[in-house]
Amino acid sequence: MNAPNLLSIRNVGKHFGGLHVLQDVSFEVPAGSIYGLIGPNGAGKTTVFNLITGLLAPSSGNIAFRGESLLGLEPYRITHRGIARTFQNIRIFREMDLLENVMVGVHEHLNYGPAALFFNTPAYRAAEKRARERARELLTWVGLDHKADLLADNLSYGDQRKLEFARALATEPKLLLLDEPVAGMNPSEKAILMEEINNIRERGYGVFMIEHDMRFVMGLCDRIAVLNFGRIIAEGTPDEVRNNPEVIEAYLGKEDAA
Amino acid sequence: MLEQQLLNALTLGSVYALFALGFTLVFGVLAIINLSHGAMFMVGSYAALTLVTRLDAPLWAAMLGAMLISGTLGLLVDVLILKPLRARNAPHLIPMIATIGVSIMLTSAAQGLFGAEVLRFPDDTLPAGEFVIGEVHVRALEIAIVAIAFVLMAALFTTLKRTQLGRALRAIAESPKAAWLLGINVEGLFHVTSFVAAALGGIAGVLIGLDFNAITPQMGQPILQKGIAAIILGGMGDIRGALFGGLFLGFAEVLSKAYLSSQMGDAVAFGLLFLILLVRPSGLFGRKLERKA
Amino acid sequence: MEWLTGNFGDFWSTYSTLIFQVGVHALLALSIWLTLSCGLLSLANAAFMGIGAYVSALLTLHLGWSFGAVLLAGGLAPAAVALIIGAPVLRLSGVYLAMATLAFGEVVRITILNLEITGGPEGLNGIPLATEGWHIVLILALTVYGLARLRRSKVGRAFEAIKEDEVAARLMGINVDRYKLLAFVLGGFIAGVAGALNAHFTFFISPREYGFESAVDILTMAVLGGTSGLFGPILGASILTLLPELLRSLHDFRSLVNGAILVLVVLFLPKGIWEPRRIRAWFKRLKGAKA
Repeated sequence: MNAPNLLSIRNVGKHFGGLHVLQDVSFEVPAGSIYGLIGPNGAGKTTVFNLITGLLAPSSGNIAFRGESLLGLEPYRITHRGIARTFQNIRIFREMDLLENVMVGVHEHLNYGPAALFFNTPAYRAAEKRARERARELLTWVGLDHKADLLADNLSYGDQRKLEFARALATEPKLLLLDEPVAGMNPSEKAILMEEINNIRERGYGVFMIEHDMRFVMGLCDRIAVLNFGRIIAEGTPDEVRNNPEVIEAYLGKEDAA
Repeated sequence: MLEQQLLNALTLGSVYALFALGFTLVFGVLAIINLSHGAMFMVGSYAALTLVTRLDAPLWAAMLGAMLISGTLGLLVDVLILKPLRARNAPHLIPMIATIGVSIMLTSAAQGLFGAEVLRFPDDTLPAGEFVIGEVHVRALEIAIVAIAFVLMAALFTTLKRTQLGRALRAIAESPKAAWLLGINVEGLFHVTSFVAAALGGIAGVLIGLDFNAITPQMGQPILQKGIAAIILGGMGDIRGALFGGLFLGFAEVLSKAYLSSQMGDAVAFGLLFLILLVRPSGLFGRKLERKA
Repeated sequence: MEWLTGNFGDFWSTYSTLIFQVGVHALLALSIWLTLSCGLLSLANAAFMGIGAYVSALLTLHLGWSFGAVLLAGGLAPAAVALIIGAPVLRLSGVYLAMATLAFGEVVRITILNLEITGGPEGLNGIPLATEGWHIVLILALTVYGLARLRRSKVGRAFEAIKEDEVAARLMGINVDRYKLLAFVLGGFIAGVAGALNAHFTFFISPREYGFESAVDILTMAVLGGTSGLFGPILGASILTLLPELLRSLHDFRSLVNGAILVLVVLFLPKGIWEPRRIRAWFKRLKGAKA
């Protein structure tokens, strides 16, 4: 029971010049759990994601994944270690079709060299076939396989989010960072995604999400951290957080009906 | 000797600065690299020459005429080519390639119309006269060039800093969408900027044409590369940067040609450019290329 | 039968140079296509071509190496240079990268212009005519095949991803810096081989051929032909090599036409002439109209 937590954020601070975006942020995401990060707009939530994935470096503190520090690592290496991410404003590859989009996610797991590539060896063909099958599998799982040959640009908003989700899963992450995964979705789509996230938790993935939809967050997450003006003002189970007076105050007037 | 070289450097540098200013103006406001700017320079030169030789215009009138002609050409390029590309939201590379096409067309047209030989202003057009201060020979022409260049640059600076127009242009440089929301006629000002920038390029062409008394269809090419070097050195999109970059380049070129070797002058400029890009791509006063919509 | 071979012989002697040129230009257009396919606007390929041309020519003239060896050296030399300058240069993006590669190209050209060994401004003369048609065809075929395989593989997908959204590509586990360097170095290699081939059939090279104008020509060929696939650059190279010949009667104005083509293509055919998607859509509309 003393396995290191999946993600360990300790005293992380980030400032840009004189602007302090995050201050002394600490929390732990245990393996096999669904963790939520909430807070008013501008609280610094996406910055936390950017720090974890290596797009930004923390000004202070440490970020560790499965016991090993992530500081100083290039983003692609962090992805190789097992962290995948979706984006608030969706960053799918619009000019590629769905299958190719997801196949990009499989990239790091394809190990063939230039010779195999050039000479179209059986090893190369087998690897590509596996990648294609895996991509199809994931598309089927999110219900998009019938659109596999469509250009990603032609998808509806909700479908684009699903595609991003599938693509992130293709990297075989141990921890999935979801940045506002249900923004812009209708209730039935949200329900489906909730189901899917529960499913992947069962398969052993960890999930860490930023969301504004309170019902979604409270219904899904095991633990929640609340960020306001760059500081954690509360951390605990959904019930604990929901009843925390500081949290209520921070959200005054902004909370969706729970 | 040194003072003489410094004078030559100042003359050359101030024209480079003038040219670079037009270039950077377009970059700052329209956010594109207009590679036809060198051609505008060339057009200005030929325009002035034609006005002087065919219409017997006095030099000052020919200069104004050259500015008008290049300016109008720049405006046409903006209206006919850059505007449709803006409407399409084309990525930066595309307008750049289009302006390359314009440059090729103009150079070819000039060659077709005027031939490839080196043309010169008639002797009596150039302001004669030379002062001797100490051991330095100062041509009246050089004084005129430096004066004109600086007057124009000062006018530009003042307009940008002190007038409503200047404020509007700076707002657009920050964010065209925000400027538009504030009621600024962004499209119209794009046209104005294109006109003014090309006009500045044109007069720079006339000045260099007078200084070296050599006009060829290809003259836009090396100046374009130097203009690019100048604004990268000084920082793209920043007018102080263009001034600094142009002067610096003029000095670097003249001094390396005088004290190193004549061929190395250009190599020094480009070598410097290359290194600066690696170390500090935004130049001395520069701003980032990506701006908010 | 004799009539056919006789006429072909005439045709060949008149036009062989032109066809060789198309082949070489096609290689160059493909080399810039490669860097464009990963989002890099690199204008260094003319310089790489020049390095390849000079290195191979000097090896033939002074050391008497075999043609195969000088071709390889002609490719490896610029590739090595690309490898060295690649790491810092490729950190730049967009216009800055274009400017830096342009500046690099100028430095190379001026260096060649000033070195004694390269013959200075007079260039190198008397390079043996070693290139034959089949060399160009073979190398072009191998290049097209290699690039086609690359496109379909994870490398091609990585390039496409980088071109669209570098940040997202990084987060998908793609080592963006390494892939950009690959495109740059490989593009340099291809351009260098093209230069070596060219040097050995024009038997005379000078620094003037490898400057800004050539860099722009190469870019034009790729943009004109279309950058969605491999056929586009080849098409563009063919058109821009053959067109001036067809327009020879226009003398100086053929540059004018070149420039005009560039402007018109950019305005009306933004992805170039050969754009599979637009062509397919066009065919569909045609079929629909008939039905």
